Amino acid sequence: MADVTVIVPRRASERRLAIQELIPKLVLAPSFALILLFVYGFILFTIVLSFSGSKLLPDFSTWVGFGNYQRLFAHPNWITALKNLAIFASLYIVICSALGLGLAILLDQKIRGEGALRPIYLYPMALSFIVTGVAWKWFLDPGIGLEHVMHQWGWESFSFRWIKEGKYAIYTIVIAAVWQSSGFVMAMFLAGLRGVDNEVIKAAQIDGASTFTIYRRIIIPLMRPVFLSAFVVLAHLAIKSYDLVVAMTDGGPGTATWTPALFMQKFTFGRNEMGMGASSAIIMMIMIFSIIIPYLYSELRMGRRA
Amino acid sequence: MSAASQDNAARTGVIARAAIYAVLILFAVYYLLPLYVMLVNSLKPLEEIRQGNMLALPQQWTIAPWLSAWSTAQIGVQPIGLRPYFINSVLMVVPAVFISTMLGAMNGYVLTKWRFRGDSFVFGMMLLACFIPFQIVLIPSARILGLLDLSGTVSGLILIHAVYGLGFTTLFFRNYYEAFPTELVRAAQIDGASFFQIFRRILLPSSGPIIVVTVIWQFTNIWNDFLFGSSFSSVDSIPLTVALNNLVNSSTGVKEYNVHFAGAILAALPTLVVYIVSGRYFVRGLMAGAVKG
Repeated sequence: MADVTVIVPRRASERRLAIQELIPKLVLAPSFALILLFVYGFILFTIVLSFSGSKLLPDFSTWVGFGNYQRLFAHPNWITALKNLAIFASLYIVICSALGLGLAILLDQKIRGEGALRPIYLYPMALSFIVTGVAWKWFLDPGIGLEHVMHQWGWESFSFRWIKEGKYAIYTIVIAAVWQSSGFVMAMFLAGLRGVDNEVIKAAQIDGASTFTIYRRIIIPLMRPVFLSAFVVLAHLAIKSYDLVVAMTDGGPGTATWTPALFMQKFTFGRNEMGMGASSAIIMMIMIFSIIIPYLYSELRMGRRA
Repeated sequence: MSAASQDNAARTGVIARAAIYAVLILFAVYYLLPLYVMLVNSLKPLEEIRQGNMLALPQQWTIAPWLSAWSTAQIGVQPIGLRPYFINSVLMVVPAVFISTMLGAMNGYVLTKWRFRGDSFVFGMMLLACFIPFQIVLIPSARILGLLDLSGTVSGLILIHAVYGLGFTTLFFRNYYEAFPTELVRAAQIDGASFFQIFRRILLPSSGPIIVVTVIWQFTNIWNDFLFGSSFSSVDSIPLTVALNNLVNSSTGVKEYNVHFAGAILAALPTLVVYIVSGRYFVRGLMAGAVKG
């Protein structure tokens, strides 16, 4: 059997139609190409780099297998960074969610002046982490900040120098980060609360349920999707946390407030350990993707079903 | 219910509401405190900060720290203040926001109204790009900027910000155009309108809100960026956030807290103004970035 391709001469209008169909793809192509190269190509590049013995510059002649990863997980600074991330992320997520939910519930009680309070809670989200860092760095500084203020007010024994103490410095970063993001989480929960069906609440009220019970048993369980979104957003911000740490402590005192992002930066560009830096970036990506991909997947599928 | 118990219930109601207001106001103070601290201390002479109380109003008001932060403060090796870096940031932000928003609008239009096989795969790839830790692209980005001869230039930063903003801008416009009636597009198509005509005449006129949301989102993110700025800039392309960090964390000389605070407010001012003027859209962008689908 022979396939016979018949070439029919196209009319001009048909050709125009074909071009019309091509245009959308041509419009999308540059963006997609850029993303392919700058995101996925670069990720691939970094993966390859993480198996190489690169030091100051990318070096594709010496290969070390998983050597960079082994050295990474044997390095005390990386372990510190992981521990800090665990402390920071869990406190940041839990406090932001609790504060966000609490404030949203209180704001949802038909509060006069809600219109004035909401923007006050939310404005820190518009600031750069560097600005936030500068403000909190000096406010928590024992020399001029809170401790100094308390002494001025006559509380001579007051002591708050966490930002200078290796053991506690990471918690000062939590304080600043919570300040920056909790208002945003509040806004997410407030939107969620406003979406709750009033009928359900009325029915429960008629059944004699107290306000507290209604919140605990009905409304808060309905907030599950918001908790999930908040978790994903906050977790991914926490893993990326870099600017705030640089502005507040720059990793110090010593290496007390190193985070994975800071480790990557310092090892790649400060200590000429590009291979190790690349491997730390890969670990960061794995952490983020293991949270984001299942989330996006389920969101996209739900979106299609709806 | 007896009158007494009703009275009682009313009283607990009043107390509960008073407590709610007290908590809400307390948190308002907490959120405003750092801004207040920055503002009052940026208007004090340095001596007053060291000796005095950070929470007190200035005894001697002065705008000298602001003038110094703007034009004479020592940043790096040069005593030129933040002004040149402010300009760098503006030169970087405006084109980057424009390019990424425009491309995002076109992408969203194609992905919703000109669907093709594999379009959700393409969108998925672009969406995932929003969330990568940028550390993973730093080394190759530096390389490619070098190859393009854009290392340490404002143009290089524009390119980087425009590319890594594409995911979000595409997401915003895609979700917005998804709800736009496709029948209108089809009808126009039958009438012989071209791809670009449909976009310009039919979609664009009703895209006002999403353009505002996207522009605010991109502006805030790029203005506030530190990672790319600190990795890819050189002396004459350093953006404001990086300069501010250099100012505050330079280890030499006297720490001029009042100048630091004035500088921090200067760096925050553009995004704060945007937020105050169009907070509604700002929040909508945040939500769209958080709740996908």
